[in-house]
Amino acid sequence: MAVLLPLSVTAYAAIDVYEFDDPQQTEDFHVLMQELRCPKCQNQNIADSNAGLAKDIKDRAYKLLREGRSKEDITAYMVERYGDFITYRPPVTKNTWVLWFGPFVLLLMVVVTLVVRKRASVKLSSQHDVTTDQKQRVEALLKQYGQQKDEKEDSK
Amino acid sequence: MKWMRFGIPLMLFVVMAAFLAKGLENDPRHLPSARLDQKVPAFSLPSLIDATTIITQQDLKGPMLLNVWATWCPSCRVEHPMLIELAKQGVNIIGLDYKDERPDALAYLQKFHNPYSAVIFDEKGDLGLDLGVYGAPETYFIDAAGVIRHRHVGIVSERAWKNSLSAIWASISDGGGA
Repeated sequence: MAVLLPLSVTAYAAIDVYEFDDPQQTEDFHVLMQELRCPKCQNQNIADSNAGLAKDIKDRAYKLLREGRSKEDITAYMVERYGDFITYRPPVTKNTWVLWFGPFVLLLMVVVTLVVRKRASVKLSSQHDVTTDQKQRVEALLKQYGQQKDEKEDSK
Repeated sequence: MKWMRFGIPLMLFVVMAAFLAKGLENDPRHLPSARLDQKVPAFSLPSLIDATTIITQQDLKGPMLLNVWATWCPSCRVEHPMLIELAKQGVNIIGLDYKDERPDALAYLQKFHNPYSAVIFDEKGDLGLDLGVYGAPETYFIDAAGVIRHRHVGIVSERAWKNSLSAIWASISDGGGA
């Protein structure tokens, strides 16, 4: 273990060469790398991508953070160059309206449909008020059917 | 009420089919440029041919094509003869040698001929990042005012030129009084 430990430390250092004086900046940097999407290898974020372009974007974000730019500034900076595509958190615009609110609209439609259907069925069942006459007939039929069934079972 | 049983799923199906059919035609790798209808971003980079000459955004007044290429890019090799043909036809093409080695790039132009009236040497990919380049080759159509009017991602093939790009070129070169 004592032999392994220094090895793993150097391995980590070789990957993570971006150092900040301010822990907040370190955190911002990691969040940015998670939330920015690599335009070259489209289903990876910048942190996961090994593409040359991902490294360029990483380096530029690092430089800007060190200059004191905020996380939001840097996202805007990248969107200005690569479009909304670059962020995994697309802003609400008329192009992304469906993306943001579409699911809620669908949910609302489902709820409305369910409520309307429920009401209709309640109305339907309340319309079927049975008169005492009908009730008696039903009971008589039930009785008859029940008896026949019993008889059938007896004869078996 | 009965028509809804068939009507609603049918409607949903038609709407989804229309969206998906449209999606089939889109190549997700062809992103629209965020720099469209904007001026070329400010830069100051050396020329590939002569390292002491500095090229800036002031020099990119079209009508011209700005072609992003590199020696490590196989598609650029495929595209090269078409660029030479276009240069012969009088299309002004500026090269942007993107993240490349100078000796390699010079040897490349020596071997395959040089269609560019000037070549910007962007060793670190700084101008590439400012332009929103995400892979070579890419070709930007820049008008007389230095505004980016179109970006073509991928090879400028004879077919692409005939189908759409020549019309875009005509629209910027007419307005620019070339």
